[in-house]
Amino acid sequence: MKKFWGAALGALMVSGALQAGEVKIGFVSTLSTGGAVIGNDIKKAVDLAMEHIGGKMGDLDVNLMYSDDGFKPETGKQVTDKLVKQDGVDFVAGYIWSHVLLASRKSALDNGKFLISTNAGPGPVAGKLCNKNFFTTSWQNDQGPEAMGEVLNQKGVKSLYIIAPNYAAGKGMVAGVKRTFKGEVLGTDMTKWPTQLDFSAELAKAKASGAEGLFVFYPGKAGGAFMKQYQQSGLKSSLPLYTAFTIDALSLPKFQAAGFTDVIGSQFTGHWDPNLDNAQNKRFVADFKAKYGSYPSPYAAQSYDSIFLIKSAVEAVNGNLEDKDGIRAALEAVNYPSVRGKYTLNTNHIPMQPWYLREVVVGDDGVWTTKIVKTIHEGRADNYAKDCKM
Amino acid sequence: MDYTLLIVQMLNGLQLGLLLFLVASGLTLVFGILDFVNLAHGSIYMVGAFICASLTLWLGNFLLAVVIALPLTGAVGYAIEVLVARRLYDKDHLDHVLGTFGLILVLDTLAHMIWGPAGITVPLPAWLDGQVEIFDGAVIPTFRLLIIAVGLAVAGGLFWLVNYTKLGMLIRAGASNRTMVAALGVDIQTLFALVFALGAMLAGLAGMLIAPITTASIGMGGQIIITAFVVIIIGGIGSMKGAFIAALLVGVIDTMGRSFLDSGFALFMSRDAAETAAPAVSAMMIYILMAAILAFKPQGLFPPKVR
Repeated sequence: MKKFWGAALGALMVSGALQAGEVKIGFVSTLSTGGAVIGNDIKKAVDLAMEHIGGKMGDLDVNLMYSDDGFKPETGKQVTDKLVKQDGVDFVAGYIWSHVLLASRKSALDNGKFLISTNAGPGPVAGKLCNKNFFTTSWQNDQGPEAMGEVLNQKGVKSLYIIAPNYAAGKGMVAGVKRTFKGEVLGTDMTKWPTQLDFSAELAKAKASGAEGLFVFYPGKAGGAFMKQYQQSGLKSSLPLYTAFTIDALSLPKFQAAGFTDVIGSQFTGHWDPNLDNAQNKRFVADFKAKYGSYPSPYAAQSYDSIFLIKSAVEAVNGNLEDKDGIRAALEAVNYPSVRGKYTLNTNHIPMQPWYLREVVVGDDGVWTTKIVKTIHEGRADNYAKDCKM
Repeated sequence: MDYTLLIVQMLNGLQLGLLLFLVASGLTLVFGILDFVNLAHGSIYMVGAFICASLTLWLGNFLLAVVIALPLTGAVGYAIEVLVARRLYDKDHLDHVLGTFGLILVLDTLAHMIWGPAGITVPLPAWLDGQVEIFDGAVIPTFRLLIIAVGLAVAGGLFWLVNYTKLGMLIRAGASNRTMVAALGVDIQTLFALVFALGAMLAGLAGMLIAPITTASIGMGGQIIITAFVVIIIGGIGSMKGAFIAALLVGVIDTMGRSFLDSGFALFMSRDAAETAAPAVSAMMIYILMAAILAFKPQGLFPPKVR
């Protein structure tokens, strides 16, 4: 009898987690500091996804909790710990930054939670540190630049200079473009992240190197700063620019407001575009524009997807959140309407999906946006899958 | 050695140094004369950038926006002095740090509420948006030359103000012994408020000048304030001359580190290893410089005479 009461008391204490009819999702993003540019767009998309699913997954109500990582690995880990231990969430999702994800992943995975990255994809989580409960709705960091390396080959670019920020994702991006680019890399500058926003010294070096092309990766506000300085340095004709995750729906409105027409025609690679032709994407882009008055960014698209991915898994197990194996099998099946269209997962849970060459254009509504030029890779595996023992 | 690159990088370093001087000069004035540690000095730099950015988009003229934004930023500084700083002067430095750190959070959040998280890209007039070829092959953006010119002009103006005007005399006297200045019947409260507003205008000007390059954004102040403290510590706290020389030293050394450290390392290690090691070391260079200078001159290069 004593045992029974003990168990009952225990059950009461964890009732937050076991309360019938609720699926708890912790969503970690950057909602303060300059990184909030991306975080706010993600929050908009997740809010829209919640609206579209009516706040329900199967019969369960969704309890969505946002947490701010403050653009810092240590804060990211703290809030993940809180979500897992105090709030007892079933899924942890989000994470824009690779260094934040790397610091936080253990807090979720070691406690048996499902972790779904909606952006960050550093090499280790795809390889040595892969985990049966880790999933992503984005990509492995190297893949965008790998596609860009292929674009450079196709354009016949013989030599390249590279500038990228000195942190996990920056290193992955550099490794990616070096992996596929067949020409010579004349120099690589890794800049202090996230504090360095003035790239005068690096641009001068790139120019002096005599390279035929310049590859950069600067997400968020650093991207806007880099593009402006590239234009001010007058290198457009002598040193053409190729980018990954630098120009997006977040920087384009600012460029348009400042009349920065040089950016029109810039090309970069991506796995998604607002113009992709499928029903889910059309609804997402149209409703996002109607609700917020701007085009969604890729970050927004990936995060919108994450809610539908979780929904597909919760419904596959009929709301039985204790059925971890069932949830995992459903997540692996990728049986949800993604805004990028159909895709599959590799053995390390990294998507195998098409990569496109995209270009900045003036949209039909006069707003600067992007379109797809052509497909570069069809469902290429990432470089780290071979290191993954799951 | 590529001399064209060397000269371009010297100019880039000079430009960075002069920008640092604008921030550090205000900081050293406030720290030296008011004996007040103002961590929020960088936030005023951000506020200046945002005010100027909004005005530029509204008026369509960057220079006019700067002219209007300068007194506005000065007024913000004055208001901060009256509302916050003045109450903290007779507390100790730890209270200054706590109070002004709180101020950073407040100003960052206010900027977030007023201007949103996205930041503002500032358009320049066409004649400033191009490049100048100084000599064969050495091309530098026109706007960076303007920053150099403005920085030198402001440095000259401050030199004149501090050394040849009555206000400057009071500032120098205040830096040496403010109790005595007050005892001689000078309205020290007004002097302090003026110095604070002047510091705010200088920081704001730096923010206005950098915004067309890096965009006005939240948190931009936190990035420069640490370097500015390094500058005033190297230069000697309270010394305008020290701030000027230290700022140029830090600007040039930082730029040179980013420019040539990797090729230097490549002389005795593989290029891959050099490209990995150089960013880590170049990020530390200014701190190494500070440690080296403090080891020989614990008060900085030019400490004010009586402290």
